[in-house]
Amino acid sequence: MNIIIVGDGKIGYSLAENLSRENHNVTIIDKDSEALRKAEENLDVMCIKGNGVSTKILMEAGVKDSDLIIAATASDEINMVCCLTAKMLGVEHTIARIRDPEYANELSLLKKELGLDMVINPEQATGREIARLIKFPPAINVEMFAKGRVEMVEINVTKSMAIVDMHLKDIAKRFSSSVLIGAVHRGDQVIIPDGEFKIKENDSIYIIGQPSKVYDFCTLIGIYIQKISNVMIMGGGRIAYYLTKYLEEMNIKVKIIEIDRVRCMELTELLPHALIIYGDGTDEELLISENFNEMGAFVAITGRDEDNLISALLAKHHQVGKVIAKINKLNHTDIIKSLGIDSVVNPQLITVNYILQYVRGLQNAMGNSINALYRIVGNQAEAIELTAGNSAKYTDIPLKKLNIKKGILLAAIVRKNTIIIPHGNDVIKPGDNVILITKDKIINDLDNIINWESNR
Amino acid sequence: MNYRMIFKSLGSVLCIEAVCMVPSLLVSIIYSQGDTISFLLSIMILVSLGLGLRRIKTITNNIYARDGFAIVALGWLSVSIFGALPFLISGAVPSVIDALFESASAFSTTGASIIREIEGLPKGIVFWRSFAHWMGGMGVLVLMIAILPSVKANTLHIMKAESPGPDPGKFVPRIKQTAKILYTIYVILTAVQVIFLLVGGMPLYDSLIHAFGTASTGGFSNRNASVGAYGSVYIETIITIFMLLFGVNFSLYYAFLKGNIKSVLRDEELRFYLGTVMIAILLIVFNTYGSVFQSLGESIRYTSFQVSSIITTTGYATADFTLWPAFSQALLVILMFIGASAGSTAGGMKCIRILLLFKIIKREVIKIIHPRSVQTVKINGRIVEEEILSGIMTFFFAYIAVFTASVIIVSLDNKDLVSTATAVIACLSNIGPGLGIVGPAGNFADFSLTSKAVLSLCMIIGRLEIYPILLLFAPTFWKRVNM
Repeated sequence: MNIIIVGDGKIGYSLAENLSRENHNVTIIDKDSEALRKAEENLDVMCIKGNGVSTKILMEAGVKDSDLIIAATASDEINMVCCLTAKMLGVEHTIARIRDPEYANELSLLKKELGLDMVINPEQATGREIARLIKFPPAINVEMFAKGRVEMVEINVTKSMAIVDMHLKDIAKRFSSSVLIGAVHRGDQVIIPDGEFKIKENDSIYIIGQPSKVYDFCTLIGIYIQKISNVMIMGGGRIAYYLTKYLEEMNIKVKIIEIDRVRCMELTELLPHALIIYGDGTDEELLISENFNEMGAFVAITGRDEDNLISALLAKHHQVGKVIAKINKLNHTDIIKSLGIDSVVNPQLITVNYILQYVRGLQNAMGNSINALYRIVGNQAEAIELTAGNSAKYTDIPLKKLNIKKGILLAAIVRKNTIIIPHGNDVIKPGDNVILITKDKIINDLDNIINWESNR
Repeated sequence: MNYRMIFKSLGSVLCIEAVCMVPSLLVSIIYSQGDTISFLLSIMILVSLGLGLRRIKTITNNIYARDGFAIVALGWLSVSIFGALPFLISGAVPSVIDALFESASAFSTTGASIIREIEGLPKGIVFWRSFAHWMGGMGVLVLMIAILPSVKANTLHIMKAESPGPDPGKFVPRIKQTAKILYTIYVILTAVQVIFLLVGGMPLYDSLIHAFGTASTGGFSNRNASVGAYGSVYIETIITIFMLLFGVNFSLYYAFLKGNIKSVLRDEELRFYLGTVMIAILLIVFNTYGSVFQSLGESIRYTSFQVSSIITTTGYATADFTLWPAFSQALLVILMFIGASAGSTAGGMKCIRILLLFKIIKREVIKIIHPRSVQTVKINGRIVEEEILSGIMTFFFAYIAVFTASVIIVSLDNKDLVSTATAVIACLSNIGPGLGIVGPAGNFADFSLTSKAVLSLCMIIGRLEIYPILLLFAPTFWKRVNM
């Protein structure tokens, strides 16, 4: 597909990188030639310097032959106008980044009036992600499928867990067969395990299943799940706003530390139930005086990675149960993991996942949308949720008879309200939501998972 | 420096060169003048060496600008060196330096020759000279990008180092696609020219040779008297038009095909280029009419051919301009420095640079009048970044510096100054013929071995626009850890 990305910031660059890797023709428009240079030198994309709102520049970028435009400049308004203009000029699909809470409330209206096909709000998505982590503290990562009916939870295996040194097939027999361990992150590799696979200490395992079943499984294998009732957030930006909203829905008390006095005032108005504290979150004295060691969770989401890291480490040092830090620079995740911070969230990665999910859906031959897409450990593996069409190629055939390609694991089938952890005799029926885990492959259609040649 | 990747890429380049020898091999088989074996041997050497290098295991595929430059510079040197093999093995050019000169001249699309009697050579060898022209015109590495799989983003460094112009870029998002489009336009235009020449009654073999020579703005002919040998107004007109066409920035053809005809016609570089051609023709017609040529028609015919040939750095000749008045000669020498458009197959400093240099001068003048005025240099309504401007000024000086240094070395041969200076610029700008003893009727055979070596290097320096080759002489460039 021909894709135009307006705005070569962190998100724009990351998107360009991922989309061009998936064989799309990407053109980036930005006003800043310095930012463009980096993209031009490192990515196989075309860069055009100029204003993405201008018709002339859009025409130069080939808007007429483009399938999709993604507006991800720093300004919501520019993004909206840009998508509007591009739609007038004949682009088929438009995605805009809109993150101001003021607009977020009128999103459905905006979407309709501006003809936007998708709106991304990285801050809101990040807030939601953090809220999910707080809901289930042992998890390094929680991803949702089938509108929350299925969850994928990443958990670090410690010595005290009962599953250490067990084969997967034995785990299923002894504890629960209603969840599935879909992927294992060991060292810097991702493995899609089979029954003979042996879990070791320090592995990160991805458990897939109904939320309640995953919860039960975790308690069975010896994870102590403590309910968090109060959270301290450092940094009162947009993420903090959205996160607080989610947390308040979960009846969790929130304390926000913000360094900017004016913003503090704003926050008191936006978030009347939260306790707003004016001060520097990297100041240990302040944190201790606000008894942060008593907190259930500490979330560091300022704009600076360094501050987030320092404060997160401080919190870890003071034995806060769950510590989450926001990191913008993608490349550091491995190092950060070794520091012992419980969870790391990256707004870029979350946004890119959302958009990739949408783009793959567009490519899908059957027009079946992709319902969810998450990438595990950078780009090594993916968990993806697709809806089965009416294609007879794979429906109503027992799975053991389907020759599924290597490196693809059928993790779950969601049929209305039942969740099936598939076995050899199960079948995929039309309308089912199928959750797959794949490695080194780009899947955008269920047809692609089956090895046709050797099937015949 | 990623040496493994550099040498692996060189392997690919050599393999491509081997493939490019196949047409010449076929020609040599058809005419069977005893040169077949030289091609077979050369192909075998290239293939075995190329495949050997391609087996190198790389630790990482990442290349940076410096690696890209190294690939281009070493690629071009090795292509020129191995391209000399058929000349040597067949005995067409017995001396090693002469064969290298001929090969460098072919690949860099210069068209300067040390061979006195072209018509006596085997047809396969002559075909190889011209086919090498054609390859070198658009670029061997651009061809590699177009046809080899697994092209990564950072191959852009290679393309940037090989393509002429101050800021060569892509015109579609994918670099591979860009390279393919370039070659498609190139192939189609060449084919069209072949058809036109055939219609004019030129034999197929000659048509191919001249189309290759024109398309690459190279200038090798299979006739001693170059295009003049045919004495046909039709053929001269066709070649004039196509020479000018190949001197146009290829991205404009793409824009044209895309329907942006307005923006093509408004392109400032195109206007400058065609304007320069028109003015030069007018002035020289005015100067030669009555003195050299007796009729106005004749004057226009020969002048327009010679001017087009020189500004596009092709180097075909239908008249001996060494006999023209000094004013005309001076104009031609200036055209030698200018060259045609960036992004074309032509050599020289390129119109866009000259145009921007003039604009810089204009800006300086305005700055003196209005010291506090803010002035930006624009081209096609777009601001040109200061970095590119200073790059152009440096390039201009570097060009003159290389020219001067070469003139000093070549002048040791004690030829007259006009011959020496024009020989250097004819090689540096990839034209071919100069004035004096290297005029259209003469050749480079009389120069010493040192001069020939220097001139050969000049050709490649000119083709790659100086920096890639200049980098090879920088000691830190070769350090594994660049400091």
